[in-house]
Amino acid sequence: MAKKLPKVPVVVVGMGWAGGIIASELTKAGIKVVGLERGKERDMSDYLMVHDELRFQHREELMQDLSKETITHRNNQKMRALPMRNYGTFIVGEGLGGAGSHWNGQTYRFLPYDFEIKSLTETRYGKNKIKSDYPIQDWGITYDQIEPYYDTFEKMAGISGETVKLYGKRSNPYPTGPMIKTPVLAEFEQAAKKLGYKPYMIPSANLSENYENPDGISRSACQYCAFCENFGCEYGAKADPVVTVIPVAKKTGNLDLRTYSNVTRILNDGTKATGVIYVDTFTGEEFEQPAEVVVLASYVFNNVRLLLNSNLGIPYDPKTRNGVIGKNYCYQVSSGYSSLYYNDREFNIYGGAGALGIEIAEFTGDNFDHSDVNFLHGAGIRTTQYGNRPIANNNSPIGTPSWGAEFKKQSIKYANSILQVKSQGASMPHIQNYLDLDPTYKDVYGMPLLRMTYDYTAQDRELVKYMAKVTRSIAKKMGPDHIDTVAEQADFNVNTDTNTHNTGGVIMGADPKNSAVNTYLQMWDAENVFVAGSSAFPHNSSFNPTGTLGAFSYRAAEGIVKYLKKGGSLV
Amino acid sequence: MSDKEKSQIEKQGSTRRTFLKNSGLAVGGLILGGAVGSMFDRNSEIGVKTEQKSQTQANNPNEALMFFYPEEYQTTAAAAERIFPKDDLGPGAMELNAAIYIDHQLNSGWGVNEKDYKLGPYYKPEPTQGEQNRLYRKDLFRLGLKELNTYSNKNYKKKFTELEANEQDEVLAAFEKGKASSLSGASSSAFFQLLRTLTIEGVYADPLYGGNKEMLGWQMRKYPGSRMSYTKEIQSKEFLKLDPNSLQSHMKHS
Ligand SMILES: Cc1cc2nc3c(=O)[nH]c(=O)nc-3n(C[C@H](O)[C@H](O)[C@H](O)COP(=O)(O)OP(=O)(O)OC[C@H]3O[C@@H](n4cnc5c(N)ncnc54)[C@H](O)[C@@H]3O)c2cc1C
Ligand code: SF4
Repeated sequence: MAKKLPKVPVVVVGMGWAGGIIASELTKAGIKVVGLERGKERDMSDYLMVHDELRFQHREELMQDLSKETITHRNNQKMRALPMRNYGTFIVGEGLGGAGSHWNGQTYRFLPYDFEIKSLTETRYGKNKIKSDYPIQDWGITYDQIEPYYDTFEKMAGISGETVKLYGKRSNPYPTGPMIKTPVLAEFEQAAKKLGYKPYMIPSANLSENYENPDGISRSACQYCAFCENFGCEYGAKADPVVTVIPVAKKTGNLDLRTYSNVTRILNDGTKATGVIYVDTFTGEEFEQPAEVVVLASYVFNNVRLLLNSNLGIPYDPKTRNGVIGKNYCYQVSSGYSSLYYNDREFNIYGGAGALGIEIAEFTGDNFDHSDVNFLHGAGIRTTQYGNRPIANNNSPIGTPSWGAEFKKQSIKYANSILQVKSQGASMPHIQNYLDLDPTYKDVYGMPLLRMTYDYTAQDRELVKYMAKVTRSIAKKMGPDHIDTVAEQADFNVNTDTNTHNTGGVIMGADPKNSAVNTYLQMWDAENVFVAGSSAFPHNSSFNPTGTLGAFSYRAAEGIVKYLKKGGSLV
Repeated sequence: MSDKEKSQIEKQGSTRRTFLKNSGLAVGGLILGGAVGSMFDRNSEIGVKTEQKSQTQANNPNEALMFFYPEEYQTTAAAAERIFPKDDLGPGAMELNAAIYIDHQLNSGWGVNEKDYKLGPYYKPEPTQGEQNRLYRKDLFRLGLKELNTYSNKNYKKKFTELEANEQDEVLAAFEKGKASSLSGASSSAFFQLLRTLTIEGVYADPLYGGNKEMLGWQMRKYPGSRMSYTKEIQSKEFLKLDPNSLQSHMKHS
């Protein structure tokens, strides 16, 4: 029997960006919050010895311990789903700060087009442009309505960037100026300009300058130390819940943070939750934490899994297309890119930062005409400079063997002489791409694993081909000695694809029939349950998701405060 | 294959022969006391002076085996060298201590797949589903090493370490394609991939792990290792070559 603890106003499951923001806003408002996090406690001093490529990138020190749980995957319903036994893609966060400790920090807003994608597409291209097997839908909120929350998130994190004309209107400029435009990025800039594009510096959570945020948190500027994505920042320059929202929540005295606490179920009667059950990951002891409000902020996968394992909400059924939990799982497509090899130029690409990069907006969203293409939305085309670490970066022209004398010669020759022009493309939902419970595999606590049924769609494959050409045209203008372009989207492979941006499964909308939560991320079927994170996105844009999930976390926090006062549906 | 590559392989082959002769391994049969010392004498291949060698050994107690048995170590060192051979750019995996690195990794939690999902059932995967393999990495590697010898004996009547470099390459290529016998259910290509990954890690991971000896792996590709800041360097149009630093340099401020 689980040991029953005293009831609290709010219990938050998972302490990454989503959970951290909500905990910080609620505790600032004087509300007591219990934060349950399955992983380790963390603070900035944990990041002092992180310049270790092997430990943090290749042994995934900060990522979810797959021996406890993983996901299973199959490309389609005819296949048997099998567990992702090691990484792989989806390097899911674990521990205080979640993936926010080891993210890159590229912090975009989604486009006005994203929030009203169905209406705007149909207005411009007619009703038949969206094929019936793509359940693309409006989000139930407009860009203008979510804009103030983006602003709040960006000020909290101190996002560095420059205003882009083709994107949504900003109420304020970025709180800090853009990152340094290095000679590498200038190469892309010049080439893109020659083609008539207007490159801009990628908005960054790696601070371009020292910054104090509205909560009174001071952080220092990025040192371009090159151990950024997959690593924590020893300067606190990279915005991370551990150096921003969590200390603020702790300082209020209203946060009761419990690490090594893994939530297995949400207690509920089908219309309301009464609390959660969690396990002490060391002792195996079970606890019941009753609460007025339950906030799920356990990332896309566990947000969906916890609901399904708790019989809360109606599971999506791909045959009837009824149900909502697990629906519209989306990913991102980044297979269209060009690699540029230079024979006698070397760049200082051993240095860099997780969000150091330059990009063009012309091929995003509906910023170009889609009348004659078989896909919607688009991609950011960009060059980044993260810092090329040597185990991960052994590039040589296609056709070079992957080991032996020639491999060594070529990979060393180009170690400092390779640049890339990449694309990161939007991912549209498909009726056959969804999440449910695996019938066979379980986690170490005996709960069914999440099963992902997913493959790239025809739309994705078209998009990749198109964007690959764009990357090649810019690459050519950059004038390297050799260019390799990858233009084919292979089948989804759970162990080789590397994009970390999963979305959907508990999507927001205006209508309970086709969405699971409203735009405050409050569940239609259980008004005291809020489900935060990119699980709420009805589709995935071409941008990295965290700016948007951060904005919605602020909105959810506002909704929870209101709900605790008045109760009932917030819309 | 270009003439240059050919002559390179030949050169390596002949160095190997000298090495094998010196180390007494080519005689086959029982390895006797005298040979054992020289088995660990990787430096005999590059002709480093004895004083220097004994000093390095004294300085670095880490250069010893915690997982492999001596012959396994030899086979690993030879195979890793083919993945990342010595050439005019600099040392190969053998000199960089990649096999020491591999030894230590296989003896770590990673060697027993501590962070992998291990619950059953196990089914044969589709190509998109990743390895579904019950074996621990340490066991897969050990079985792979044994199979390297079995395969070499069958096809060349010699142990793997006794083969010429180009023959070793043929053996490894067969493993890469999964053409050698199954290793208790795992494909020989799974072993090859593990060998390849571990070799590259052993050449380029922080020297703290036992490979990348004296940061020579990094030096070859002008990689400065782990430093606190590159704010200045990233702004420079000229390439700036820095001496590498290892993680040990961060102990000062931790
Ligand atoms: C290497 C990498 C680079 C990235 N770069 C970028 C980028 O540049 N820009 C961008 O926008 N996004 C980026 N992302 C994605 C970004 O990190 C995530 O979108 C974001 O951090 C998700 O925040 P979250 O709070 O929703 O989830 P998480 O950060 O995953 O937090 C969820 C937390 O819940 C905990 N948890 C899960 N299940 C349970 C349970 N059952 N019980 C208790 N606790 C639980 C987890 O341990 C975790 O701490 C990157 C991700 C990775 C991995
Ligand atoms: S690159 Fe900048 S933000 Fe990233 S870890 Fe280094 S100092 Fe921090």
